[in-house]
Amino acid sequence: MGLALVLALIVAPEDADQGISQRIFYIHVPIALTAYFCFGLGAVKALLLLWRGDERYDLESYVAIHQGTIFGALTLITGSIWARASWGVWWTWSSNQLVLFLVLFLFYCAYFMLRFSLEEGPRRARSSAVYALFGVALIPVSFLAIRLADDFIHPTVFTRDGPQMSATMFTTFLVAWAAVTLLAYVLYRVELAGKRLDADLRELREALQ
Amino acid sequence: MTYLADVAALTRKDLRVELRGRDTLPAMLLFVLATLVVFHFALPEGSGDTAAYGLLWVAIVFTALLGLARAWVPEQEHRVLDGLVLAPCDRSAIWLGKTLATLVFLLAAQAVALPVFVLFFEPLHAAALAGVVLADVGICAVGSLMAAMAAASRAREVLLPLLVLPLAIPLIVGGVGAAVSADAERFILFLLLYDAVFAVLSWASFEYVVTE
Repeated sequence: MGLALVLALIVAPEDADQGISQRIFYIHVPIALTAYFCFGLGAVKALLLLWRGDERYDLESYVAIHQGTIFGALTLITGSIWARASWGVWWTWSSNQLVLFLVLFLFYCAYFMLRFSLEEGPRRARSSAVYALFGVALIPVSFLAIRLADDFIHPTVFTRDGPQMSATMFTTFLVAWAAVTLLAYVLYRVELAGKRLDADLRELREALQ
Repeated sequence: MTYLADVAALTRKDLRVELRGRDTLPAMLLFVLATLVVFHFALPEGSGDTAAYGLLWVAIVFTALLGLARAWVPEQEHRVLDGLVLAPCDRSAIWLGKTLATLVFLLAAQAVALPVFVLFFEPLHAAALAGVVLADVGICAVGSLMAAMAAASRAREVLLPLLVLPLAIPLIVGGVGAAVSADAERFILFLLLYDAVFAVLSWASFEYVVTE
């Protein structure tokens, strides 16, 4: 896991011929894709919870969305840095992906607000699951909306005809992607284990009292 | 057929409660009118009609939120929801009844607010009106589910806007697009798509939110 990260960081500079700002691409895009993946995973677990009614999916869904939100925040930060470096501004409404991430970030922050203000129990699990499912429906709908909004907010659609990726760049990208996904997976397992330990501990304490 | 009869009965119940108590609709009406007056002072001179259309949408969304915040209050106060959940009807009928009742309130508030908007600011054409109605459907469908979730939480009134606003962003895009874009048809279609997707999702998931 660490090896993969180091490899990505060492391989990346070799083919960064677009200037130094291009390098953030190898971090930014994999993080963004991983965030999507985490949200998707959270929704799948939520669906399983509603379908099967097994409570362990609640925690898994929550942890996946938690990871997704962290990676989403990182995407916004790295995207903002990239925008500053290549377009000269910290924030631009013309980048569809950034706006989409902002909407999603707001949405998933509300997920935590919802979760922490409900009483613990099966009802909280189901409400959170329903909200998580709305999230994956919101992703394509918002994307479409933001594309449509370009129409009246920005008359000239922002096009960026970047050069084709060379084979080495693509390999680097794939390695970076794999590394970030692995990182997300490890974090997911660690947090899940921690949360389960927490729950077990609480049960034990209650049993002792 | 019994499903539709249940829905009709539930909607009638909400409308009757409103007619007797008058808790929601006058508040929505006053709020939307006051907001329009605030906008007159908030918009600098000569900022144009496009800005006014945008602000109309802010007014619509917040008026809807005001109505939705009240939507489940009668059920909560008198523990009616427990009775409804136990009643021998499909639970999604409760959601549909609430959605329709909220939609009626919102449309009634807009029946006054939109002419006032035309009087104060800019004319509205047919596509803009269609956009308003379609967005109303979407926001009531999603909102009455979210309001049921929020009503069960400790934060309640604070939580509802947080839950609904990110989900309402596509509706605002569609509604504003229908009002200002030359190609309004696409935005109407988009709103129809949104309504279909989220109405089905809310309809299917309501049961999970209200059962213990």
